[in-house]
Amino acid sequence: MPLEKSTTYIPKDEAQEYLWTMNFGPQHPATHTTLRLILKLEGERVVDADCDIGYLHSGFEKLAEHLNYNQYVTITDRMNYVSPMANNVAWHLAVEKLLGIEVPPRCQYLRVIVAELARIADHLVCNAAVGLDTGAFTFFMYAFNPREMIYDIFEALCGARFTNSYTRVGGLMYDASPKAIELIREFVKRFPRALDDMERLLTRNRIFIDRTKGIGVLTKEEAINRGVTGPVARASGVTRDLRKDEPYLAYKDFDFQICCAQAGDCYARYLVRMAEMRESLKIIQQAIENLPPGPVNVAVSERIALPEKWQVTSTIEGLITHFELIMSNRGFEVPCEEVYCATESPNGELGFYIVGDGSPYAYRARCRPPSFVHFALFPHLIRGHTLSDVVAVLGSLNIIAAELDR
Amino acid sequence: MASPETLQKLKERFPEAEISEFRGQHRAVVPAGIVHDVLKFLKEDVGLALIIDITCVDYLYYPNAKDRFGVVYIVGHPETAERMIIKTFVNDPQPTLPTVTDLWEGANWLEREVWDMFGIRFEGHPDLRRILLPEDFQDHPLRKDYPLQGRGERHNIPVVTRDLG
Repeated sequence: MPLEKSTTYIPKDEAQEYLWTMNFGPQHPATHTTLRLILKLEGERVVDADCDIGYLHSGFEKLAEHLNYNQYVTITDRMNYVSPMANNVAWHLAVEKLLGIEVPPRCQYLRVIVAELARIADHLVCNAAVGLDTGAFTFFMYAFNPREMIYDIFEALCGARFTNSYTRVGGLMYDASPKAIELIREFVKRFPRALDDMERLLTRNRIFIDRTKGIGVLTKEEAINRGVTGPVARASGVTRDLRKDEPYLAYKDFDFQICCAQAGDCYARYLVRMAEMRESLKIIQQAIENLPPGPVNVAVSERIALPEKWQVTSTIEGLITHFELIMSNRGFEVPCEEVYCATESPNGELGFYIVGDGSPYAYRARCRPPSFVHFALFPHLIRGHTLSDVVAVLGSLNIIAAELDR
Repeated sequence: MASPETLQKLKERFPEAEISEFRGQHRAVVPAGIVHDVLKFLKEDVGLALIIDITCVDYLYYPNAKDRFGVVYIVGHPETAERMIIKTFVNDPQPTLPTVTDLWEGANWLEREVWDMFGIRFEGHPDLRRILLPEDFQDHPLRKDYPLQGRGERHNIPVVTRDLG
């Protein structure tokens, strides 16, 4: 049986001398990434937790001021490395908002497809990790199988499996090849069965429910007060989803639902993620069947995206655009303005606040990382639970330390 | 984007707020003295109850900038897509702002990060420690006068040699 949350007696500071202080991390298999927790234990019960982060801080925001808008996409890959495609899309959407351009429909559809594939991959890893930490190893293997298919699709799309850097300002690196589209179709056909298997394995598993139900409860009011977004907020009953509320790219064309739960515990978060994968699959299916023809990059006259090779060699506009974009003292024409643009990344609201100063380098590019906001919740969620619940709560928040520390 | 009612209410309550729009986003520049009141008003009376982000921009080398630091608060509505950017300016030598942790618990770490990266002190913050950088770090690295390569912090880390002989 899950233990009841202890609300009766929490020792005060001066009375804490008999408490155990336990160091959890920074290198521990159950943290999955590099982060450190300092736990105060009374027996096996966690009285308080202090989070120590910054082990993976690599100055991404400082680097953004020294790399141009296309170069920085390689850094966004390394933020949430479980779903790099979603970061690529978020970054270039923000840049395009600053520049005031809209990408062609085919590009929008392809970006939606890759962002949703990234969401499925992210949710698979997150749920698999929760399963693994609570003892369900087979589930982990079942989840990593379809994830491999997603990585094959990414490889067919852009040549890289992990650090994709697929988007460019005003378009994409390459158009989707027929091979990639075929792989996506096959994935759409095969994934529901894998998802059914996964649900049968874990959703009604007695041990898993005991380990996760009623653990780490977040109420709706607290979720709003602490700025929580994404699946963690939706598991607490917040209905906010930017794909519906503020449809960016081509999301308004698709029929899908927002998945919410009321309980706000680890189990609800697991269920929300499982349900969201089905909805993502619906979006991918609609997008791949209605994929519009046409170019993936904005027109040459916009002077944003690199022209095709034949345009460079046989048209004067193509040659001039190529020259303007490649020469180091030229580049993008950016207004002296500031813009905030957010997308619904697998983890929550991933936003970029970009300040342009007229040069091809961002004056400041702030990333609003969902993991950072969610990890601040952790001490609040774990108080009163046992030591073995630490891994369940940590896994269900889906903390990616590279995004947490940037 | 903010709804017209929100902007109307904000204008009536705080006439000193300068509201502008860019690419469909509304931004209000307010004096540092009333930023807490503005955010409290937006949270409690208008319903923008979700703190999305707190960040800062160092305008040291920015063309035509008058003030050094611009602190940006992004607040949103928990149910709709309504969003508003509140911006205020602070200056050297002791850039200080009132904390908003009394309004939002979630502002705690966001303010700590701004302190860590820019050195802006938040008065009344319950736990204003460095968050990403080590405690003994001296500078605030996202300031524009801090070089990309650092000031030798990485090179001066003491190396522990192990005597294997």
